[in-house]
Amino acid sequence: MTRIRFHQELDDLKHRILAMAGMAEQAIDLSVQAYSQRDAALCQRVLNNESAINRAEREVDEFAIDLLAMQQPMAVDLRFILAVIKINADLERVGDQAVNIAQRVLNMIELPASDLPVDIPDMATKVRAMVRDALRSFIEGDTELARHVLEGDDEIDRMNHEAFASLSRHMQSEPGSAAQALDALSVARNLERVADHATNIAEDVIFWVRGADVRHGAGQSLAGS
Amino acid sequence: MPTAVEVRDLKAWFGKTEALHGINITVESNHATAVIGPSGCGKSTFVRCLNRMHETIPEARAEGQVKVGGMDIYDAPAVDVRRKIGMVFQKPNPFPSMSIYDNVAAGLKLNGTSNRKTLDEVVERSLRQAALWEEVKDVLKKKSGASLSGGQQQRLCIARALAVDPEVMLMDEPASALDPISTAKIEDLIFELKQKLTIVIVTHNMQQASRVAEYTGFFLMGHLVEFDRTEKIFTNPSDKRTEDYITGRFG
Repeated sequence: MTRIRFHQELDDLKHRILAMAGMAEQAIDLSVQAYSQRDAALCQRVLNNESAINRAEREVDEFAIDLLAMQQPMAVDLRFILAVIKINADLERVGDQAVNIAQRVLNMIELPASDLPVDIPDMATKVRAMVRDALRSFIEGDTELARHVLEGDDEIDRMNHEAFASLSRHMQSEPGSAAQALDALSVARNLERVADHATNIAEDVIFWVRGADVRHGAGQSLAGS
Repeated sequence: MPTAVEVRDLKAWFGKTEALHGINITVESNHATAVIGPSGCGKSTFVRCLNRMHETIPEARAEGQVKVGGMDIYDAPAVDVRRKIGMVFQKPNPFPSMSIYDNVAAGLKLNGTSNRKTLDEVVERSLRQAALWEEVKDVLKKKSGASLSGGQQQRLCIARALAVDPEVMLMDEPASALDPISTAKIEDLIFELKQKLTIVIVTHNMQQASRVAEYTGFFLMGHLVEFDRTEKIFTNPSDKRTEDYITGRFG
């Protein structure tokens, strides 16, 4: 083994992005919990944590760019660093979606509780599983698990469309709770975007491990091989 | 693209030690092909077989087929081969007692060219091609080759090789003894030269290989482990040994 210091720095980069991932994952968990429990304090925690996620994003990028400039990485190491830079941006966006959800929940708490025809907790459970699996695929370099994440995105898209349809109908039939329905719709849309970020992370894992670009449906046969 | 060098089952020995174990490679015309690998992997031996320099070492021999422009170099006179396939070494080796002009003209004179006008034209053209003309045009016959800086000496050696109008230029770590500026000049020069001829470059510097070469071959213990487009080798090599070497996990 040569370039020992460089490989230690790659490990360090991985630990940093995983710490960032932990924060983003926690932000989504808290915002979903806040929705279920109509808990303003949990919303506030999400809002307070955003700056830490933003700071972590800058630090990970800076560290990764330094490695690119100073170490001239090759092959799997180059792909790893590029994947980390992209995953970093996705995780920061996950943090933003959590903030959006928390803000919507704060709105909803101000309004009377309404029985809405949408199962946000069920959708959230599936989205969180996607995020968790995407991050596990990154930790373990597991492209099969990453591919499984890609397959899950269609279901979340379907749930989002169903939420849109049922909440639209609800707003027409129950205009008194239209504001709550709009907030719930926004929560569903933000969850759907979180699933998109999990998908992006899974695609980056496949790129890192196998050198295959499977974005936008490209390389399906390779991804399935 | 047409083929410049076709190597089939090339083996080389130092005495009884087999240093190359049946190399097959096709080098494309007007491209740079980099040869990389750890010390002792056979990469320098390989390029020295491409213009029959290997056999100049006592007890060294080679077997197999090397075709350059359709000519099998092991069926042709060695002098003709080396005229067609020039070589630049790690350490610049200008003829120390000769002027800059005579260094460049030496090959032509050996080939029997004595016409002054022809010599002048070839010397200027070769020095321009080697990106050295502007720096030495006023001292061509006043200064010796050895009086130039290391980077200039290396470009002088390239000009000397270009003077006999080769089809292929072999470069054995041509910039490893040079500072970054001189290295950049040599790399720029490689880009220019590719318009006219084919380059095979041995380098320990993988960034250099990735900067200058369209194709790269990875050698290990006398075997050509992998040969592919350079971007493939450096971003997603097929063989784990190549990946371990270029990422520093090997050795």
